[in-house]
Amino acid sequence: MYVAVKGGEQAIDAAHDLVARDRRGDAVTPELSVAQVEQQLGLAVDRVMAEGALYDRRLAALAIKQAAGDIVEAIFLLRAYRTTLPRFGASEPVETAKMAVARRISAVFKDIPGGQFLGPTFDYSHRLLDFALEEGDASLSEGETRVEATTGPDHLLPVSHILEREGLIEPEMVADQPVGDITRTPPTYPADRDVRLQALARGDEGFLLSLAYSTQRGYGRNHPFAGEIRSGHVAVEIVPPELGFAITMGEVELTECQMVNQFKGSAEKPPQFTRGYGLAFGRSERKAMAMSLVDRALRAAEFDEEISAPAQDEEFVLSHADNVEASGFVQHLKLPHYVDFQAELDVLRRLRDELDLQEAAE
Amino acid sequence: MNAPIAKTESTAGSYNFAYLDEQSKRMIRRAILKAVAIPGYQVPFAGREMPLPYGWGTGGIQVTASVIGRDDILKVIDQGADDTTNAVSIRKFFAKTAGVRTTTRTAEASLIQTRHRIPETPLKAGQIIVFQVPIPEPLRWLEPRETMTRRMHALADYGPMYLKLYEDIARFGRVTTAYDFPTVVNGRYLMSPSPIPRLDNPKLDRSPALQLFGAGREKRIYAIPPHTTVKSLDFEDHPFTTERWSQHCARCGASDSFLDELVVDDRGTRRYVCSDTDYCDSRLAAGGGR
Repeated sequence: MYVAVKGGEQAIDAAHDLVARDRRGDAVTPELSVAQVEQQLGLAVDRVMAEGALYDRRLAALAIKQAAGDIVEAIFLLRAYRTTLPRFGASEPVETAKMAVARRISAVFKDIPGGQFLGPTFDYSHRLLDFALEEGDASLSEGETRVEATTGPDHLLPVSHILEREGLIEPEMVADQPVGDITRTPPTYPADRDVRLQALARGDEGFLLSLAYSTQRGYGRNHPFAGEIRSGHVAVEIVPPELGFAITMGEVELTECQMVNQFKGSAEKPPQFTRGYGLAFGRSERKAMAMSLVDRALRAAEFDEEISAPAQDEEFVLSHADNVEASGFVQHLKLPHYVDFQAELDVLRRLRDELDLQEAAE
Repeated sequence: MNAPIAKTESTAGSYNFAYLDEQSKRMIRRAILKAVAIPGYQVPFAGREMPLPYGWGTGGIQVTASVIGRDDILKVIDQGADDTTNAVSIRKFFAKTAGVRTTTRTAEASLIQTRHRIPETPLKAGQIIVFQVPIPEPLRWLEPRETMTRRMHALADYGPMYLKLYEDIARFGRVTTAYDFPTVVNGRYLMSPSPIPRLDNPKLDRSPALQLFGAGREKRIYAIPPHTTVKSLDFEDHPFTTERWSQHCARCGASDSFLDELVVDDRGTRRYVCSDTDYCDSRLAAGGGR
């Protein structure tokens, strides 16, 4: 006699044991420490913090270790932890103009006040596997490095300000309105830009990258120039109500991308450059750039541009950008669907029976 | 029959009772109250990230977490069964975070969380059943935009849904929607009953239990208060029909329950058993079966 899938409980426990064993790998190899992940897989930590929407390098590293390197799973772990944390309030807008930059480049002016800093980047490396790394990172092991890590001056004029002085670019929005919180208010459409940017900031890098790419290929083209990209640390300040003035809580590492986009002008507005904005935790440059392109594409309605491409479709982009949601729903197809399938079989069989009867009658 | 009620381990570690913080529970309870006040209307709520994946019952879990109390006795089923993996996982979650008693017996549960089924044993006044909902919008396959479907609900513009059913009949001679069959609640809102089979739709109608629906990923809650009319859409000349089987349950002999079809050998021999494991076991214990 058939016994309906019994033993689910033991099977689940066994699955968890197997995960733990797989994660550890061969015991001959020393176990990876959370500190090693945090220090040596820093860009993975950055992505997990950005899309996990929580700035905590240690916890992000722990999540990566626990998820055995599955980044989307690590993001999910961090999100599920984040949701239990109390909220003290909102910080003041961070002053990225006062960022201690480790990297700052502009693709629109050859020379900019304060200068360009290449910083740590893969950009000009030849993508050749460095077999020497198998033996350890010799380039740094001698206790001396060829360059000192430097940061630029602590106040670098944003490139967009240079254009703004001439009125060539739309002015920056004044941050005098309270900002929305997508984790506390259910999404409604049309969404305001603050809410949109929040959703994009925690959106899946791969999804945004592909959407951004699609705008470059003509699906909602918005003629972008990388006005400025900067990475570095900025102070986070809050104004406690009992004090009434700002105090610094700490600092976070951010990557900011200000895209400069063409705009031909409309009946109300003269031709001028417009902005696409990207901001992400850590050194998530690809993410910040993709975000800025998608942000600009989503502003199509604001500039009376025709909305024809997926990247311009706010409801489409925002409701599918979150990889924790997407991963869960795609993978829920693994759950049993015996009942729905049985109902489907019932309908299909009856349809076919009726067809057979009809054919027999003819 | 001795009751398999298990007293479970108490709340684990530093999480709040039933995992969610009290502020979040209050927010969800407000949404539930609104949902009860407007039967079948989808109330947006600020769904939280849960430690279980979206699409695996996060809406139902949040609703359950918001209404569960220390004295509740919880039953969790998936596909009608208490022992399917996801049901086991969700039951363990509440046993761990709320320390409540759990049961597999429909009659003994004060709170039932379900995916894709309504128990065969009729629900009673005082019981709450919480449905896990993947896509709360019954019009979604006709109109992908939330902005549009909300307007259609506001205007009770349900013509396109009737048109879909009519087209089915014109083309196939019958309505081909097999599960998640659209209903009208209290004569007003078109409502997805979640992907339950058609056999379960009539159980929604005038149920003495409170029926709550949670969609976590889509961030919607809706409800059917006790004794509310729920009508499955149909036409006078094409009345609503439910699934039928030519066989009875191979275990308990039931002829009135939803049957799972099992393929028992390589030659494709089929056997049918109740999808509701508690119903099947109760009938066997009461001396039924064959």
